[in-house]
Amino acid sequence: MSTELKLKELSKKEDLFTHGHRMCAGCGAPIIVKMVLLAAEHPVIAANATGCLEVSSCISEYTAWKIPWIHTAFENAAATISGVETMYRAYKKKGKMDKDVKFIAFGGDGGTYDIGFQSLSGAMERGHDMLYICYDNGAYMNTGIQRSSATPRGADTTTCPAGSVIPGKPQRRKDLTRIMAAHNIPYAAQAAPSHWLDLMKKVRKALSAGGPTFMNIISPCNRGWRSKTDDAIALSRLAVETCYWPLYEVENGETRLTFKPKTKKPLIEFLKPQGRFKHLFAPENEQRLKQLEADIDAEWQRLLKESAG
Amino acid sequence: MKKWHELVPGAVILEGGSAVRFKTGSWRAFKPLWIKENCIQCLFCWMYCPDMSVTVQDGKMTGFDYDYCKGCGICALECPGKKGNKAIIMEEEGK
Repeated sequence: MSTELKLKELSKKEDLFTHGHRMCAGCGAPIIVKMVLLAAEHPVIAANATGCLEVSSCISEYTAWKIPWIHTAFENAAATISGVETMYRAYKKKGKMDKDVKFIAFGGDGGTYDIGFQSLSGAMERGHDMLYICYDNGAYMNTGIQRSSATPRGADTTTCPAGSVIPGKPQRRKDLTRIMAAHNIPYAAQAAPSHWLDLMKKVRKALSAGGPTFMNIISPCNRGWRSKTDDAIALSRLAVETCYWPLYEVENGETRLTFKPKTKKPLIEFLKPQGRFKHLFAPENEQRLKQLEADIDAEWQRLLKESAG
Repeated sequence: MKKWHELVPGAVILEGGSAVRFKTGSWRAFKPLWIKENCIQCLFCWMYCPDMSVTVQDGKMTGFDYDYCKGCGICALECPGKKGNKAIIMEEEGK
């Protein structure tokens, strides 16, 4: 029997990711992990790429995970979990196992968009029955806020510091969800922790798709985004409502918006509370801000067109 | 602290959820306070807490686990409260 996706019912389930982990106060990643594991209806085995989530949830002898969990290097979370999944299938074939188990790999944007990209692409192409979850906080936060290919244009990081030479990251961010959908996998989706029901429904869909699936989840980081410790969920909501982070899914090639804001909020509402975009509001950077708005709007218009079918 | 030869080979941890032995409540600078009469039992605080520190029994919010709460304040910000009155407010520690 699966638990109804109602908070009251879900709160009776055991926390499979416990307190005592050492993520920063107000981090988005543990909220995402909690939601994902609550949504899963079968026992889960997970692999975790190096990153914030991995280093602070498993510090020698202390693990926050109550599920079988493997720490793997930055570049091969997808390869590791695909190997485990293959072993599981072999065991099933030989009659050594009869349990239904699901396989999930967690990686941050550095371990997914950049370093773990080829192993992720390979695992998706080989067709393993697994879900890859990227918690995207938009930079290498664990090592001190270095830019990644998920960092949005204009954001200030320690390796593209905003100053007199460059106004933050000059390049546009990579659209990984689309790249993963282009692998023609049965399910790829984008989610946000502020929209918990949408996120959990997507996890259930992905885990029951019977093939390689991918979810990209925005994960606010108050240290790297230079925001307040209490606004992770508020910023996640603003990211969705300004269409910076649209909620959509691509199921067997069909794109569908799972949330369409009644009125699209201006992007500056999402940017203003974040210190990493502070310099964009200086008069000399007006063009840069317009450029960022144009990037986001073009992506939203394309998505509207694709989902109109 | 265990010596190197007392550790399980392969850095394997056999006890799941052992992080509960590490209390993170001392990180807190601000403390969430629950005002029961303003609580509508929406459980958003429980769902959005990054530290699994909102205690819920039989589907009802019952307070906070201060041994682990890092005082981020997400619960207080997200709390809808009753008629505009928050059921969770943040107070500076040591006051």
